[in-house]
Parts: sequence; structure tokens; C-alpha cells
Amino acid sequence: MDMATTTQAATAATVVTGAAPLVEMRDIFVAFGGVHAVQDVCVDLRAGEVVGLVGGNGAGKTTLMRALSGAHPADSGEILIDGHPVVIPNPRAAKALGVETIYQTLALAENVDAAANLFLGRELKTRIGSLDDTAMESATRKVIGRLNPNFKNFKTPVVSLSGGQRQAIAISRAIHFNARVLIMDEPTAALGPAETEQVRNVIKQLKSEGIGIFLISHDIHDVFDLADRISVMLHGKLVGTVNKADVTTDEVLGMIIMGKLPNEVTQKELAQLHG
Amino acid sequence: MTQVPGDAQAAAPRRGLARWIQPVGAVVRGVQLGARTMEVDIRLTGMILALIAIWVGFGFASDGLFLTPRNLYDVSVQSVPVAIMATGMVLVIVSRNIDLSVGSIMGFTAYMMAMTQAQWIPQTLGLGYNGAYIWIVALIVGILLGALIGAIQGGLIAYLEIPSFVVTLGGLLIWRGLIFKVQQGQTIAPMDNTFAILGGNLPQGSIGGLLTWVVGIIICVGIIYALIASRRKRREYGFPVRPQWALVVLMAGGCATVLGAMWAYNSYPLPPLLATKYAVAHAITEPPGGLIIPVGLAAPVLLLGAVTLGMMFLATRRPFGRYVFSIGGNPEAAILAGINTRRTILGTYVLLGILCAIAGAVQAARLDAGVTSTGTGYELLVIAAAVIGGTSFAGGIGTIPGAVLGAVVMQSLKSGMVTIGVDSPMQDVAVGTVLILAVALDAVIQRRAK
Ligand SMILES: Nc1ncnc2c1ncn2[C@@H]1O[C@H](COP(=O)(O)OP(=O)(O)OP(=O)(O)O)[C@@H](O)[C@H]1O
Ligand SMILES: [Mg+2]
Repeated sequence: MDMATTTQAATAATVVTGAAPLVEMRDIFVAFGGVHAVQDVCVDLRAGEVVGLVGGNGAGKTTLMRALSGAHPADSGEILIDGHPVVIPNPRAAKALGVETIYQTLALAENVDAAANLFLGRELKTRIGSLDDTAMESATRKVIGRLNPNFKNFKTPVVSLSGGQRQAIAISRAIHFNARVLIMDEPTAALGPAETEQVRNVIKQLKSEGIGIFLISHDIHDVFDLADRISVMLHGKLVGTVNKADVTTDEVLGMIIMGKLPNEVTQKELAQLHG
Repeated sequence: MTQVPGDAQAAAPRRGLARWIQPVGAVVRGVQLGARTMEVDIRLTGMILALIAIWVGFGFASDGLFLTPRNLYDVSVQSVPVAIMATGMVLVIVSRNIDLSVGSIMGFTAYMMAMTQAQWIPQTLGLGYNGAYIWIVALIVGILLGALIGAIQGGLIAYLEIPSFVVTLGGLLIWRGLIFKVQQGQTIAPMDNTFAILGGNLPQGSIGGLLTWVVGIIICVGIIYALIASRRKRREYGFPVRPQWALVVLMAGGCATVLGAMWAYNSYPLPPLLATKYAVAHAITEPPGGLIIPVGLAAPVLLLGAVTLGMMFLATRRPFGRYVFSIGGNPEAAILAGINTRRTILGTYVLLGILCAIAGAVQAARLDAGVTSTGTGYELLVIAAAVIGGTSFAGGIGTIPGAVLGAVVMQSLKSGMVTIGVDSPMQDVAVGTVLILAVALDAVIQRRAK
């Protein structure tokens, strides 16, 4: 993965409005054996923007984002942050660049409590270098309280928490460390209505703080509510990226299911979507 | 955990095994409830109670022979090598690996330490037997070797991803075999006088009456300070703390246990022959009843205490320990959290290698020789101690004090059976049964808790 060959001209060409995008992923390619999970996908994200990433099951959304979070580096393609090419070989590198991720699988250590998970790999320490569990618990209570005021099980291993409580921990972990880029892979899948509302509010607030968010969701209304732009994937390829303001939910559904852009699709085809 | 079904069942008459399950269940629930309010580890509490039961049981069965200070001294000293290695085995098993080579590493490093102090320094280098530095040089040689062996095996496991079972099974054969290549497997003796203190043999292997009380009091102060400090800190943050009475009970219980143990060590007088030697050496005239000199805490037990504390600190108070446990809980999550899991795994093996060397030093000092058979079969005892102590092969679960208690439980069973005349094969049968029972009981309790 040689990023040094990027020409300045290429960078400048893609920049439309002044400053470089916060994140740019170009020609990303990921294969698992013979399966081309992601092919030639280009997406970008600006500060204070929410980009909805949608597509059917197995479309390649998670795989694309795992390349950005360092969980599974791309086979080829480039990633630019603030216009500078970067290499993200592992999750540590992503975190160092300010990229935080809420994984679809949550990625929690089952046998330790909420605070230990929240600070995993970034523990708070006392002056003598031992773990400061009390300080970590205190911070955890604050940040989780913001998402789910009813969360009380701070001393229990997460294995015995509910799906929503676990999700609250995963979200808290991603937002606690001053991320610049947030990847949310179906963050509300296990949440109740009240908790989902909390997460929406948090997303709106983070957005207003200038954080860029990739939001993967199967809930098209969620995406329309929160996203500024929507990138649609189908069978590992990017169908296209549209401004939310320019499209209807039906048109996005057409992209997801038929892989056709709004100007390619006929009214008849759209009508069939509702069967 | 509703009360009603239990009560309804209790009303019905029960036959056979079921009759016994009810009261056992009640005791378990009682301990659980007590432990929860006091915020102490349920598993550890259970093990301490089981150990007390074993001691009292063998005490009765042996007409008090088992509970003599002398026998308890021996049991404690004999537990040390397995217990020391078990503290490291916990971390290896918790991170979903295994080490079958610990007995061989212990034997190999013990032999090399013996060579260092009985051959290489005094003869090969011609420096004589009396150097005050000999013991520490020998110990450092052993510890470095243990660390190196741990690093080689851990490196293969962590970086080349060779299954730990395979690597350490190979290690079990390799390190044992290499012992015979050093000095044709001859017995290497004697050990340096200072080094021999580690063995706990009398008279030099214990710290004497006065120091024993000092150590006891220091530990008590430590317990009280730790409990108060953590309470104060939780208060500062406005977190719930355990009730005051529970705090007092914990402090009193902890201190009483420590001081009781010290009292037991100090009520073991130096055997008459050794006491007479001591009197002669120190130009004391022996009183008519003979000189009563308290033996005090065994040096290897003090060493075990220090190792246990150090390992507890690493396991629960350092990021390293937290990484080990999270790798065991979910390896993928640990990687995604940005933890260097390979280096962590390597660390567990280096640590265990060092602990094997320390155990080897104790054993060589106890035997006063380096012999080829040192540590043979110990891998199974060490793994058993960890498992009896609550370490789970599923990964992510285990405690250091649990493993130490596990080693003491096993040694108590063995010694206890010796005092009541059970032969060696039946001792193995009993220890094996206890191993399975301990894990089975765990499984039942876990399932009920869910
Ligand atoms: N670790 C893996 N090994 C092999 N194939 C994989 C792996 N991860 C994903 N794939 C394959 O890559 C393709 C894309 O999967 P991905 O998880 O990115 O889809 P997704 O869009 O996130 O789907 P969903 O909405 O179901 O989460 C699928 O065909 C999947 O089978
Ligand atoms: Mg997915």
C-alpha cells in the first residue's frame, strides 16, 4: 500500500468547497478469498457532517468501514485525512488519527465491567502507575448517564447486561475520547425507543461540535432524519452518493434494491418497490 | 432468585442425593449473600471455608496430628513451588492459552542454578564456595533463563500463532531432556548457604519469632490501610460503599487470619537437636526443659506472599493484567480496542518462565541439590491448582489468590492423607476427584446465577 504516489493534482481535483474533506476513501478494494466484498468504492466525509451509508445485507458497508477503523485494512486504495494520505494498519493507528468506531458486533470484552470496556487500551492511571478504577467508573457513569440515565450496573461484567445496555457502553466508548471521525455501524439496532432518541440527540450534538460521522443503518427514516448525504452500496460497489435534500426515500430505496440512480429509475419501477 | 419455589420444594419429601442438595444449596446461598453484602469474592470465600473444613476434618481424623504447627509448617512450605507457578499459570489460562512445560522449565532452571553455585562459580571460575554474592548470581542466572525460555515459547505462540499446547508440549520434552546434557544428569550439591534459606529447611529456612510478628503486623496495617483508602476514594466520588459493620468484620477477619497464621508459625519450636546446636553456637546455657526457640514464618512462604502480592498487583492494578483478562473475554474486542495482544501474550509467558525459575530455586534449596527429576509432573499440579482456584479454560476468568489457595488445598489433601495413612495412589484419586468436584460445583453455581 504505497500512499506516497498520490499527486497533489488529484487531491485538488476532488476538493469542491475550499478545505479538504475530513476523510476521503478512494478506490477502496477488499477481498476475502474469492469474495470481492468492496470494489472501487469512493466515499468522503466533511467535518460536522453525517453521511449515511446504506445498502442491503452483505453489501459491504461494514467491510468498507473496517478498512477505515483499522480492523481489516484495505487490499488497495487510499485513505486521506484532512487531505493527507494516511496508512491505517491497525485499530491503534485509527484511534491515533481520531477515528473512533462503534462496531456492529459491539466488540466488548464480556468478562469485565462497563468502565474497563470503556477505557480498554486507554486506562486512566494513578500517580504510581496503577489503574485508577474509581476515576474510570466516575467518568463512565457520566458518559453512559448521558445516553441511558437508567443504567445502574456499573460493577457487572457486560456479559450479563442487556443488548441495549451493551450498545450504550459501545457508543459511550466511541464518543468519550474526543473523536474527529465517528463510525457508527448500526448503533441503534438493539435500542428501545427512548434510548434511540437519546442516541439521535447525541448524534446531532456531536455533529454540531464539528465531528464527522459515518452512520450505517437499515432504518431509512433514521438516515433521512440524521444524514446530510447518503452513500448507497450494492454488491460491494458504490451505487452513488446523493444529497438528502435532493432525493425521496423511495429514490434511495431504488438505489439500495435496484442499484439505479434517481435519474435512471422509472416511476413504474419505484411503484413496484411498494409491491 | 425467588423464594417461593424453593420453599414449596422443601415441603415435599426428598430422597437420595436430592436430600443433600437442599442443605448444600442453602449453605451456598448463605455464603453468596454474605459475600455480596461484604463485597468479597464469593469463590475465594468458598475456598477458604473449604480449606478450613479440610484442615479440621484431617485434624480430627488424625487425632490432631495434622493440625500440629510442625505439620502446618511443612504443608505451607511444600505448597510453595506449585503455588508460585500457579499465579502465572492463571494469566496464561485466562488469556486462552496453556503451558505444559512449567515443570520442565522449573527443573531446567533449578539445575542450572545448582550448576552456577556448585560448579561454575566455585570450580570452573575457581572463585571458591564462600562468596556472599553466589546466591544472588545463581538466582539471577535462573530468572534470566526462565525469562528467556518463556520469551522463546511465548514468541512462537504470540507471533507465529503456533498453538500453545503444541509449543509447550515440545518445551516439556526439550527442557527436561536438556538437563541431562549439562552434567550427564548428575546430582549437583551442595547449595550455597544463603541460597538454601529459600528452601525453608530448619534451622536456617525461617525468619524467627520476632520478625514473624513484625511481618504479621505490617500485613495487618497494610490490610487496614488498603480497605480504608479504597473506601475513602469511593466516598470522594460519591459511590456506594460497603456497610460499616462489613468493613469492620473484613478488617478484623483479615487481621485475625494473618496474626493467627503467625502465631501458628511461632508456636512451632525449633526441634531439640537443632535448639541445642543453636545454644552451643550462641554460647547459651540450655535451661532444663531445653531451649524453646520459635521457628517462625518459613522463608519460602514469605517469598510466596511477596510473589502473590506482586502478581495480584500486575493482574488487577496494571493495564497489562486488564489486557490479559480482556483478551480472554473477547480476543477480537481486545484487538479492536487497540491492545497489542501479541505483546501481552508474550508477557504472560515471560512472567511464567520467571516464576518457574523462582519455584525451581525454592525446590533446589529445599532438596539442597540440583537433580534431574525436579518438577517432573508439576505441570499438571500447577494447572490443577489454577483450576481448583477458579480459573476457567473458557478464558477470561481466574484469580491469583484463588490459584494459591488451590495449591494449598491440594497439598493439604495430600499431607492430610499421609497423616491418616492413605497410600499414594489413593491420594491421586482423591486430588483428582476434588479437581472435578470443584469445577462441577462452580458450573452448578454459575448456571444458577444466570
Ligand atoms: N471476515 C470475513 N471473511 C469472509 N468474508 C467476509 C468477512 N466479512 C465479510 N465478508 C463478506 O463480505 C461481504 C460484505 O460483508 P459486510 O459485512 O461488509 O456487509 P454489510 O453491508 O455490513 O451487511 P449487513 O447489513 O448485513 O451488516 C459479504 O459477502 C460477507 O460474506
Ligand atoms: Mg454490517
